[in-house]
Amino acid sequence: MTEYNFAYLDEQTKRMIRRAILKGLAVPGYQVPFASREMPMPYGWGTGGVQVSAATLTPDDTFKVIDQGADDTTNAVSIRKFFENTAGVAVTEETEKATLIQTRHRIPEAELTEDQILVYQVPIPEPLRFLEPRETETRKMHSLEEYGLMHVKLYEDISQHGDIATAYAYPVMVQDRYVMDPSPIPKFDNPKLEMSAIQLFGAGREQRIYAVPPHTKVVSLDFEDFPFVASKANHPCDLCGAEDSYLDEVILDDAGNRMFVCSDTDFCRSRRAAGHVGRLGTEDAA
Amino acid sequence: MQAQATQFAGGFSNTPVDAAHAFRAAMTVMARPGEIRTLSGAQAPVPVSGAAATLLLTLCDPETGVYLAGASDTPEMRQWLTFHTGAPLVDAAQADFAVGTWTDLLPLKTYRIGTSEYPDRSATLIVECHALAQTGATLSGPGIKNTSQLNLPDIPALQANSMLYPLGMDFFFTSGTQVAALPRSTQIAKG
Repeated sequence: MTEYNFAYLDEQTKRMIRRAILKGLAVPGYQVPFASREMPMPYGWGTGGVQVSAATLTPDDTFKVIDQGADDTTNAVSIRKFFENTAGVAVTEETEKATLIQTRHRIPEAELTEDQILVYQVPIPEPLRFLEPRETETRKMHSLEEYGLMHVKLYEDISQHGDIATAYAYPVMVQDRYVMDPSPIPKFDNPKLEMSAIQLFGAGREQRIYAVPPHTKVVSLDFEDFPFVASKANHPCDLCGAEDSYLDEVILDDAGNRMFVCSDTDFCRSRRAAGHVGRLGTEDAA
Repeated sequence: MQAQATQFAGGFSNTPVDAAHAFRAAMTVMARPGEIRTLSGAQAPVPVSGAAATLLLTLCDPETGVYLAGASDTPEMRQWLTFHTGAPLVDAAQADFAVGTWTDLLPLKTYRIGTSEYPDRSATLIVECHALAQTGATLSGPGIKNTSQLNLPDIPALQANSMLYPLGMDFFFTSGTQVAALPRSTQIAKG
């Protein structure tokens, strides 16, 4: 196949990452520091997720990568090719066929199973970072379970906007102990964080790995009088007609015309293949 | 010639691939307490099991201190571990990983449990068991849908460990080529 070691990274690096993943799984939601390596792609392009995937892949895996739900964007295509070349793994765009899915900022619409692993690319793993810039302080706040500041932030949302305006990277409480940033997924995806699959989070530049084991309790922070709402655009998908999927808004021309389409391209494709047609879809589009 | 005849034998035959499969088994059991998986590929000198040997080769290197407890602390095992991993042999109090039977590993209070700011800096104990079975203690918590069952060597001691959460030790249980795990996050009930 290649001159690369299996899955690119050297074995000692993989062992270091694997030890961090195991500690992350043992303390769900806690950010484990790890010695992130330089990868052959820039920070911000998923170096954390790539390192976690490299340490987790086996040659038997079928690998899928999505970027904001899409399999065919630059980031997703390049990472998929990277592991095709360096690990020789099978790849797929179909969620059901994948055993390991690396994602940037979405959870697939299809429910994931026990046999799947979801690896998130994380830009800023620290949910308190924009409230408190000092790592020494945020670390202390996590150790003391001192999360009042995060509720103040959500309260200020309500006082300024009349509602919790945070729409993505919506903070969650994991197993009643750690407040965690679920990466910049839309809050529409937050209820899906309680799933059957293993969820691993990798932040390359920030050098943190964290994890959520299957069936772990994950609660979106809210208030009794302002409960959490998993919001989405109030439209059906214009291609497949789905009413329950997360949508992207696409501007069509300079006359104000627009369309809403599923952000999960495989979900939309499989619905169109099954004969569902939306407002702007055509019968033969799939 | 027996696999464990010299310290040079008993390693992975294809390290990147064997270690990847081994890690997936180890990760699966740590993420799903109560599950039992097959773990093989490495063979250490007696009395260390194949599963424990495979865990050591998958997770240990010069950056991790290993404590060989009781019967597993033989000159052959020391040479084997040093040759294959380069891991420094340390006392229980400094260990990142410890291997041995339950009684050999005691007392538990010797091991590192992490700090409140760095709970990951805790020991992982590899406990050699006679057999693993999904009976006995009832487990619940992260990784477990409702409840699962696993035969544990000492329920009160492990309950005391989970009371330390988010601090505490994490455990692998090994027997032959089988492995199960118990992270500190698991709630344990009798029967």
